[in-house]
Formats: sequence, C-alpha cells, structure tokens
Amino acid sequence: MSETTLAPDTAPESTPSHDVHGGHEEPTGLWSWITTVDHKRIGIMYFLTSLVFLAIGGIEALIIRVQLFAPEQAVVSAETYNQLFTMHGTTMIFLVAMPMAVAFFNYIVPLQIGARDVAFPRLNALSYWIYLFGGIYLNASWLFGAAPNNSWVGYAPLTSTQYNPGLNADFWVLGLSILGVSSIMGGVNFITTIIQLRAPGMKLMRMPIFTWMTFVTSFLLVTALPVIAVALILLAFDRFYATTFFVAASGGDPVLWQHLFWIFGHPEVYILVLPAFGVISDVIPTFSRKPLFGYPVVVYAGVLIGFIGWGVWSHHMFTSGLGPIADSFFVATTMIIAIPTGVKIFNWMATMWGGKIRFNTAMNFAIGLVALFTVGGLSGIMHASAPVDLQQHDSYFVVAHFHYVIVGGILLGMFSGVYYWFPKVTGRFMDEKLGAWHFWTTLVGFNLTFFPMHFSGMYGQPRRTWTYSETLNVELFNQLSTYGGFILGVSTLIFVWNLYKGAKSGERAGSNPWGAPSLEWSIPSPPHHYNFPALPTVQSREPMWHEAERKSIEVVTLAHPEREPEMPNPSFWPILLAAGVTATWALVMTGIWWVPLIGLAYTAFCTYMWAFEDPFAKKGAVGEVSHG
Amino acid sequence: MRFSRLAALTGVLLLAACGGEYPQSSIAPATDFAHRIQDLYFQIFLWTMGILAVVWIVLTYILVRFREKPDSPEPEQIHGHLGLEIAWTIVPALIVVAIAVPTIQTTFDTQTPDPDAMVVDVIGHQFWWEFRYPELGDERTANELRLPVDRPVALRIWSDDVLHSFWVPQLGGKRDAYPLRAVPEGDDTKYNWIFMTPQEVGTFMGQCAEFCGQSHAIMGMRVVVESQEDFDAWVADWNRGHGEMVETADVGSSSVDPMLEDELEGATPIAEIAALQEAQDTREDPTDLAGATRVDDPQDALVEEGRQLFQSGLGGCIACHAIEGTGAAGVLGPNLTLLGRRSTIAAGWLENTQENLVRWIKAPQEIKPGVLMPGVDVAGGNWPATGLTEDQVRAVAAYLLSLR
Repeated sequence: MSETTLAPDTAPESTPSHDVHGGHEEPTGLWSWITTVDHKRIGIMYFLTSLVFLAIGGIEALIIRVQLFAPEQAVVSAETYNQLFTMHGTTMIFLVAMPMAVAFFNYIVPLQIGARDVAFPRLNALSYWIYLFGGIYLNASWLFGAAPNNSWVGYAPLTSTQYNPGLNADFWVLGLSILGVSSIMGGVNFITTIIQLRAPGMKLMRMPIFTWMTFVTSFLLVTALPVIAVALILLAFDRFYATTFFVAASGGDPVLWQHLFWIFGHPEVYILVLPAFGVISDVIPTFSRKPLFGYPVVVYAGVLIGFIGWGVWSHHMFTSGLGPIADSFFVATTMIIAIPTGVKIFNWMATMWGGKIRFNTAMNFAIGLVALFTVGGLSGIMHASAPVDLQQHDSYFVVAHFHYVIVGGILLGMFSGVYYWFPKVTGRFMDEKLGAWHFWTTLVGFNLTFFPMHFSGMYGQPRRTWTYSETLNVELFNQLSTYGGFILGVSTLIFVWNLYKGAKSGERAGSNPWGAPSLEWSIPSPPHHYNFPALPTVQSREPMWHEAERKSIEVVTLAHPEREPEMPNPSFWPILLAAGVTATWALVMTGIWWVPLIGLAYTAFCTYMWAFEDPFAKKGAVGEVSHG
Repeated sequence: MRFSRLAALTGVLLLAACGGEYPQSSIAPATDFAHRIQDLYFQIFLWTMGILAVVWIVLTYILVRFREKPDSPEPEQIHGHLGLEIAWTIVPALIVVAIAVPTIQTTFDTQTPDPDAMVVDVIGHQFWWEFRYPELGDERTANELRLPVDRPVALRIWSDDVLHSFWVPQLGGKRDAYPLRAVPEGDDTKYNWIFMTPQEVGTFMGQCAEFCGQSHAIMGMRVVVESQEDFDAWVADWNRGHGEMVETADVGSSSVDPMLEDELEGATPIAEIAALQEAQDTREDPTDLAGATRVDDPQDALVEEGRQLFQSGLGGCIACHAIEGTGAAGVLGPNLTLLGRRSTIAAGWLENTQENLVRWIKAPQEIKPGVLMPGVDVAGGNWPATGLTEDQVRAVAAYLLSLR
C-alpha cells in the first residue's frame, strides 16, 4: 500500500461547484426524462418514485394504526383493513425498499468504479419504467375496490379462486410478476457493470463496500426473483387455468407455496438489507476519518450472508409442521448466519474506535442503523429458536422484529445515504438543522411505534388482525404504537421538505465536500453527463485519501475535455417496451388465454425495434442527439 | 434509560405477565410444553440482553470518547486486526452453540409423541374451531375445548378450508392447521400435532394465528382445563344430550314433523325450509298440546318455544347445527350441545349471554364479517336469511342458553 496521508479534514474543494456543464447543456423537459438512458437520471427517477410509494405505504400504515388504537373498533371494515395491511407490506417491500436501493445502485455504482454508465443503459431505463408501471398497476386495484387482501406472503389456499374469487389476488399475482421482471433485469445490469466496467486499477478488492454489496445483492436478485416468478406463475395457472398446484383436495400442497415463497423471501430480505450495510460501510469511515476496519472481512461476511441466506428459509415455517429434523437444520443455519452479521457490526464499531467522529445527519443515521439493527437482529435470534418461535410467530413480536431490521436498519441506512450523496447528486448540501429534526423525530417515533409491539406480541396479540379483544389488555401498547406512527409520519414530512429545500437553495458543495475516500468524490458535483472525461487510474482502496494518488486522479477527472466523450442516445423504446410487458401480464386478468398474446406480440415488436436501434447514431436517428 | 430502571421495569412487566392480567400471555405457562418453551426463552433472553448491553455500552463509549474535538489529532489509520476478527467470530459462535443445543433438544423433546396421550381433534374452519374426542365417544364441540388436568393430550390439527393456526399461548406454542391433502389409497394423511399435558386448572384464552380471511381477527377460543371428575361429568352430560325436554304432543321423539318427512325427502335446503315454515304457519293451534306437561314458568315457556322453533327447522338452524340427543344433526356449523355451559360465543368473541346470543342470531355478519351463518335479514354462505322475528330469536336464544 502506498503511504497513507489522509486528506486534510477540511479539504479545499478541488473545483468550485457549477451548474453549467462546459460544452453542451443537458437537455431538460419531460421528453428528455422519458427517453433518458443516463444512469444518474434513472437513479433520480427511482428515488422520487420510491418516495411517492413511501407516502402511500405510510398512509396505509397510519390508517392501520388508527384502527388499532383501541380494541373492538371499526374505523375501517375488516375487508378494507385486510387490503390495507396487504398493500402496506407489498408496497413498502417491492415499491419502496427495493427501488430506493436501486436508485443508489444506479447513481453511485458507476461513479464509484470509474465508469461512464452501466453496462446496458437502455435496459436500465426499461427496469425503471416496468417498476413504475407495475406499481401503478398494483395500486390501480384500489380504484376497483379490489386491492389485494391476502397479506404480502399470499399463502395458499387463501389465494385460490375458491376462497378469493375476486380481482384482488389477480392484481397481486400479476403485479408482482411485472415487478419481478424489473428486478431481474437490474441484477443482470449491475453484475455486468461491476465485472466489466471498472476503471484501470479498480480491482475487486479495491471497490468501495457499497459497490461490493450492490454486487452481492445483484446476484441475489438474479437468482431469487425467478423463484417467486415460478411460484406466481403456478398460482396464476391455478387461478386462471384451473390447475391445482396448491389445492390440497386435488393432491396439491399449500406447503409448496410456502417453500417457494420463502426460498425467494429470505434472500429477499438480504436483498433489502445488504445495500443499507453497504451505505454505512462507506459513510462511517468518512466521518470517522479512518479506513473501514477489516475491509476484506466485511466483504467476505457480505458474500457469506448472501450464500447462507439461501439455506435459512424454513425458519418462516416453524409452525408448519415440517418435523424436528428439518426444524433443527433451519435453527442451525439461521443461527449461523447471525455470526457474519454480528462481525459486520463489530467492524463498523471498530472503524469508529480511535477515530475522529463527526456527528452530522448522515453519520447519525449510520450510527442509528448499528444500534437499532442490533435490536432487530437479537429478536431474530429469539425467533431462530424453533420452540420459542412457536409462541412468537404470527404475533406482534415478529412485527416488532422485522420493523426493527427494515426500518431501524434499512430505512435509516437509506437516509444516511441520501444525506451523504445528496451533495454529489445536486451540488448542494441538505440542511443540517432540518436533518437533526429529521433524525431525532425518526428515532423517537420509530422506537415508540415498534418497541411496544414486543410486548403486545408477547401478551398474545396476533398479527394481521383487524381488531382485538379488550380482554387481551394490550390497549396501552397499541396506543403508544399509534402515537409513534404519527411522529414517524411527521419525520418523513421533515425529510421531504429538507430534500426540496436542499435542492432549491442548499449551500453549495464542491467535488469532495466531506473529504471522503472513494472515487465518486473526484468528479464535479453534480457530475457531467459523461461522469469522467477520461478514465482515471486507481491504486488503492481509498484513492482520495492518498495525496499523490488523489492529485493524479483529479488531473484527469476535473479536466474539461475539448471533445466530450460520446454517450449513448436517449431512446423511447424502453418506456414503450415497459408498457408492453405490463400490458401482457395485465391482460392475463381477462382469463382469455389468447388475449395476453396480443401484448406479447407488441412487446416482441418493441424488442425488435430496440435491437436494431443504433444507440450512437448521429443526426436524423430516433430520439434526440446528445453530442456531436 | 438507566440500567437499574430498565431492569426494574422489565421485572415489573415480567411479573405482570401472570395470565390473569394478560389472559393470552405467552410467558405464563400452564402446561409442560409451555414450560419447556418458557425455560428456553428465558435462557435466550438473557444471552440476547447481554449481547445488547455489551454492544450498546461499547457504542456509547465510542461516541463519547472519540467524538471530534478541535484539538484532536488525525486518527491512526488502522486497517484491521486479525486477532480481533477471530475473537469476535469465535465468541458469537460459542454463544450460538449455547443457544442452539438446548433449542434442538427442546425441538425434539416437544415433538415426540406420547403413546398414552388422549387424541383430540382440532379442526379449523372459517371462522370457528371444532373439537372432537375420537377416543371417547366422538363427542363434538366448538370454540371451547375441555381437557382433564394432568393428563397427556395429543391435539391432532387440520383445517376444513384455508390455513389456520391453533394458538393458546398459556398452553404452549402454535401449530398451523392445513387442509388435508388427497393421498393415494392406503397412505397416511398428514396432520399437525401438539403434544402437551395441562398442569393447571383454569380457562385459557386463544386465537387463530394464521391469516385466514375476512374475520381472522374474530376466531378465538377458550380451553377449559378441569379435574378428571369434572371432565368425565361433561362427557357424560354431552352423551346424555338434550333429548329429554318438555314433552309436546304432535312432535314425537324426532324434532321434524313425521308427516313432513316424506315431503322433505330430496328437497333442496331452501325448499325444505320453506316447507317447514309453511307447516309451522298452518298448524291448527300451537297451544293444543294433548298429553304434554303443563308449562307454567314463562322462562320455561320461552325455552320450550325456542326448542320447538329450532327443532322444527324454522330458520334452517338444523341444516348446519347439531344438538346431541335431538334430531338436529347438521355438521356444517358448530355443534351446540351444552352451549349453555360455554363462557363465550362467536368463537371466543362475545360473552355467552341472552343478549349476545340474540345479537348473534339476528345479525352474525355485523359481528363477524364474512361468516357463513345467515341472519334474520341477510343471507350467509349458501343459506337464505332466516326470517325469524324478534320474539322468535329471543326464544331460540333462551333455548340455546338452556342447553346445560
């Protein structure tokens, strides 16, 4: 390793911030966003869309909390309540947490590895539009009064046409199928990008941890999403074409659904959490002024979690009666996976140990993840013990557990990433005062909402229940949760306001406002359309923290080229193709076997046109020409 | 929160966990099964609280000790330490083993069948629980399960429709109820089982714990654990049934008018009920009870009227419900034998009183949306509205409450 002289704490900004991108102005206007294939714009679109779904999912949660404020209420009907909690879970997982992570993958990963874009820019746009259309399709069900009502796990046979004859489960099956396509494509794109498009000297073991976690997550996406796709196809056939894969009376097996769902479902939660782990693995070293402690161990732990995550799924099925041998196997694997997870926590703490810790909002949220994910992980250890889980499963105790890891872990990690990379994306800082308000109201609101649920669950309140008996005596815990929920709502409003205020009038930020170590901090804020005028050569894990290396990089990355690098043209085929994919699945709802084929034919047409479109065609080609 | 206060609060909450204050508490065990789980849980609780304390204390120390100050030097650029990595991998691994070993032992111990156990069938329906005693006299009851104390029991659990889960926290963990799979001739059908020996007399509260549709939240139950003598008495009373009621003239031992039986042969349920209603309306003089015992007490008269209404088929009750010792032998809905002794109705949701029974019979959909039972004005499942009047409902409710 070359000598390690840390960049000074208040690094002089190597380049003043700027709006004008030298050469050509970037096109603005709706059409330019609809046809963009720029990973940065796509990242922004993913992020803003996920915020809209966060609001929808949050409102669903607040209505739930109002209904549960007191026992034996009927603020909403039982049917509506069942739709609300189904959509809350489905929305938050598939339309908020996953896409928000993809927003970060999109914007940040090419910048961290020294690439101009992802490997397949049009495929990238396609993934976004399919996400948007799939999310709209799923939520259109509300307009039909038929939102999915089968919980986010959709256990058979409740999802069969016998017990769920309406459109609700149709929307669920088809909506998730559409969204799965988007995720699989994204996974392929990022694996290829990370393997193929790293700048010279950017060895795998020099990549920032955020990119490493993106890498592992992308493999999980590509392998886990097809499993739920298979499950959904089998269920769709049961519902539309009278097969009986999950119908017990005909020899099918409801347990089969559970296995297929959870073989997807458990890797899915690692898909959700690894990006957040990646974010704070970058944030904590920056604001501790020390490199990440145990970098290789953190990498291997992440990879190991990815692998072992395939072997734990039936810990969601301890009450299903698989037998003591199967139960014990999954007890063992589930407890084993706690070890690399704990190791990561210790490495983050060791990074801070002996450091010079700066407590800004990004760092506060990162520390919050360390503290709160530990709580969720420990209640997870309790669940890992099968006999104990027989009490805790399907109670509010489990609801407490997964909200601690998903909100206390993942969402806090995402917030940390937003505050951290906002200056890079916009060239401005978010407001630190508002950030402090956001952080503390989140901390208070979150714990007030979810900590009492450990108790209501322990005292026998099951989950997915429209109401509860006064006899249970759990009213106090439910009241506290409701108050906490509204505080969380307020904290989210503060966040959104801070985003807006920061983007409009935040203090200007240069290329490396935090004095951070990784490559994305070597280019202007916001970056040029083409990211890097020429590709820099990297020599270490913390390129911006080694003086000589940093200088040699910035000579390249901050230059204004005479001729700007050629970037692929915008294209409208991604959005058109996305409409085709959505329509094909949606038309299955008609129940007429040949109607989806119309959508398929249209999709094939769009694919053909896409395939023969020249992304680098000059004037006169389809779409706007970006550069000469 | 200071540690001592936290410990005190935890103590208070644990003490308050006695079943009285939290009747569905999962930390107030009353069976051997529940005690095994509780012991394991407490061990794991201590380990996890210990780990949480270490992590949070060290984290707090770090945040205080290493916060940036204007005069603090640039930190030493440490990249890692192999020894530490090994240590904090091995120590958690050892803790995991300490938790996993008793876990696996308990898993096997609690899933080992006891050959002496009495098998009791537990069948989940949307949205009620059926219980059967196949090893006694195939007694059937609903929503309130009676068990003798200190006698091993094997609950054999399955579902008649969608997934449910049988959960009575004080009696132990839950098990899911699955619809029975069609299996080849000669193959065993797979059930789910709970093995336990109740150790305390009392009434325990439980609830369905697997989302099963619209009124999943309103699918509770009670388990009454009583002495062997009391249990045997209940079984004997069940078998005696409710056939010996106040005699009435033109209805013999069967509740259905024998003159109507031929007519009703092969009729659809709706036609059957219509025919019974017509027969009811055209009976000459309902008070002409030649040979009957005189009924003086108005309450008894109400009960008798309810019995006649129920057993005549008016409203269609007997199409779904059974009462041992009478002609009512419907199997689609809960068995109502000894209903008057149950503490709750509507699957553990309402206190078993005249008023609540009236509410339930009039409009079950308002209490339990999606229930398959019709009300007086609203059809339910495949059954038309019962059309009973206010007085008739009161009478039927009084009759059912009298089934003791």
